Amino acid sequence: MTSGTPTSMTDPILTLRGISKSFPGVRALNDVSLELYAGEVTALIGENGAGKSTLVKVMTGIYQPDAGEIRVAGQVVSLPTAHSASAAGITAIHQETVLFDELTVAENIYLGHAPTNRLGLIDWRKMRTEAQATLDSMAADIDAGIKLKELGIAKKHLVAVARALSIDAQVVIMDEPTAALSQKEIEELYVLIDLLKQDGKAILFISHKFDEIYRIADRFTVFRDGEQVGKGFIRDTSQSQVVQMMVGRSVDHIFPARNAAIGDVVLEAKGLSHPTEFDDVSFAVRKGEILGFYGLVGAGRSEVMQAVFGLTQTSGGTLTLEGRAIAPKSPADAVEAGIVYVPEERGKQGVITGEPIFKNVSLPSLGKTSKSGFLRLAEEFALARTYTERLDLRASSLSQDVSTLSGGNQQKVVIAKWLATLPKVIILDEPTKGIDIGSKAAVHEFMGELVAQGLSVIMVSSELPEVLGMSDRIVVMREGRVIDTLENTDLKPEVLVRLAAGIAEEQAA
Amino acid sequence: MTDTSLHRSLPNRLDNPFRSAVLSWESLLVLVALGIFILNSFASPYFLNAWSLSDLTFNFTEKALIALAMALLIISGEIDLSVAAIIALASTMMGLALQYGADTPVLVMVGIGVGIACGAFNGFLVTGLKLPSIVVTIGTMSLFRGIAFIVLGDQSFKGYPKSFAWLGQGYVYWVISFELVLFLLCAVIYWVLLHRTNFGRRIFAIGNNDVAARFSGVRVDRIKFILFCLTGLMSGLAAVLLTARLGSTRPSIAEGFELEAITMVVLGGVSILGGAGSILGVVLAAVIVGLVTFGLGLLNVPGIVMTIFTGSLLIVVIALPILFRMWRQRA
Repeated sequence: MTSGTPTSMTDPILTLRGISKSFPGVRALNDVSLELYAGEVTALIGENGAGKSTLVKVMTGIYQPDAGEIRVAGQVVSLPTAHSASAAGITAIHQETVLFDELTVAENIYLGHAPTNRLGLIDWRKMRTEAQATLDSMAADIDAGIKLKELGIAKKHLVAVARALSIDAQVVIMDEPTAALSQKEIEELYVLIDLLKQDGKAILFISHKFDEIYRIADRFTVFRDGEQVGKGFIRDTSQSQVVQMMVGRSVDHIFPARNAAIGDVVLEAKGLSHPTEFDDVSFAVRKGEILGFYGLVGAGRSEVMQAVFGLTQTSGGTLTLEGRAIAPKSPADAVEAGIVYVPEERGKQGVITGEPIFKNVSLPSLGKTSKSGFLRLAEEFALARTYTERLDLRASSLSQDVSTLSGGNQQKVVIAKWLATLPKVIILDEPTKGIDIGSKAAVHEFMGELVAQGLSVIMVSSELPEVLGMSDRIVVMREGRVIDTLENTDLKPEVLVRLAAGIAEEQAA
Repeated sequence: MTDTSLHRSLPNRLDNPFRSAVLSWESLLVLVALGIFILNSFASPYFLNAWSLSDLTFNFTEKALIALAMALLIISGEIDLSVAAIIALASTMMGLALQYGADTPVLVMVGIGVGIACGAFNGFLVTGLKLPSIVVTIGTMSLFRGIAFIVLGDQSFKGYPKSFAWLGQGYVYWVISFELVLFLLCAVIYWVLLHRTNFGRRIFAIGNNDVAARFSGVRVDRIKFILFCLTGLMSGLAAVLLTARLGSTRPSIAEGFELEAITMVVLGGVSILGGAGSILGVVLAAVIVGLVTFGLGLLNVPGIVMTIFTGSLLIVVIALPILFRMWRQRA
């Protein structure tokens, strides 16, 4: 493998052909292909929701593809379990490392394939010395005998790499490995990736950060909406070409025209700060306006919104609603003030599964439907019917359990629940994530109606067409800070991507 | 938008309320209660007698009072294992108050007051410090009873006034005891609270998904705290009745009550995982537990066998609703 330069015509170690994977209402992967070569780093690039994580899960045996084949060293393999993927020589290092805090470093490295003695028992001494030898060969300053929890995240990554080496993995998937690392730790990781390359491993490197990709990747593959839209050698391709591939899509559905009259400022945040998640965040949303929040995952957008909704407490800054200072200590306070939040995690935080539609809708409005604290079912049904029908909810009856509804219809229940409280500001966090096209259009159309009625809408979204299609103004966040607030007139998607990823203008041009 | 012919008003419900009532867990409990009642009347000639049946109610009223509040707590996804220990502490404090010459109204207030204080302490540890309720109340179970043991040692308090004894021994009319009347009254109050108020609706929401309930503006911690206080209050009330009935306080009073109360709640169809259950079911379950233990008593089954029975019943009733739901889903 000494001739392992990017131009070598060696056969790929891992080949994916025609992989498709659908979930109810969503096509996550559509006929995608991927080749990984020994001694090379292939960068997998795409927006959030482009299908990168789904592909990783297919490669590591967590999801089963609906169609397509996976070949390892030319042989077709099936990967029904995570164990079979690891046996086929595929291992993944995740953003948040999936290792065991209470076990020692050596145990973590050898979990599932520990060396045994003649009696079939674990040979602890051998395990310890071999683990230490592997770590030393990586120049990692880690004692194999200590518990994993004593290590920082960067060192845990090193342990994960050592584990990959110890199971003799041929394919190493790194899913945003630098997300939680400092610059110095990132440099150390680069050295390690070089080591893996020299060792003839094929590496799939997933990252949003262009400087990293251009630093270490040999090849790249770009995904968009579950399809592969481009691939090639990184040294032959400019950053702006890659950005073009990421965003350059045909507009797949028409967004409603924005013709709401925009009025005075309704909600204003000044210098909102949090000890770890965000710092000095200021923005203002006006009556009848849709304010978009764009950024990469982890930019702190949801965290800001959850602080506005009273779920977390800020360490500084002020919130003003219609001229009055507010400081919501709980969601109940925020709802009373007129701020509501449609969360990203619909199943966990949005709907109450196990309860019928009408109880979900009436829950925050019980004060209105009841009389001196006593329930009035007729009022609840009427309220639920009014708001679910405005959203064109598809269900058999209002007593249907929300868990039996599709994702899009569950989202309509969550939105109906909040509209019934007659809010002033509605915050939508990734409102159309994982829902089908039809429901998506209904939600978009409805957002247009909301602002036309004088509501203020804040929309956190990682989908460029949605942000550009719906927003009046766009706040771009990166690493917990507001980078810029832009008027959405003739805004180019490339501008947003550059701001969110931190690519300098002249470099990309 | 879409084809307007598809657009029709959503009905309130599709299933027939009568059919779901017949197929409910509660109607099965009624059948079981009738069955045990008939078995008992064959098993002993002394059973079918107004005074026997009246005695029977004393077998469950005190525990069932706790079970009413416990049902709400378990539906919300929490549990309180310290209820019997709360009785011991409340009874001990009533005994102490008696030593200082307290009369009946003060004794009742002390019993209920100690109960609420203990419940508030549990509630603070669970909602304020975010500790799991099963661990907290195992701890306070030892703590509360431990205090009772320190105060009493191997002594006991006796000499409660006659008017106090009436609370546990008196009859309102003919064979209808004060305890039974109080229980039926509380059952109605708890039924209304759980099934007919906003408060009850929020308890179910919390039990089904406390994260989404919080995200929907429900003050989850406040409601859970109130439920712990209510459970403490009912335990204090049970302490008043039990102390009055026995006429004395020992530190070992009410041992094992928590298991019987939880058995009633779970047998009554309340999901041990939270989010589902009814007060009617708990009341029926209380009657069944009373019938069974009384029937075994008539047959001279020793107490230790009865605890084996209670333990087995608890396991069976946790499994049964799950099997029942599986069967109903197929039906």
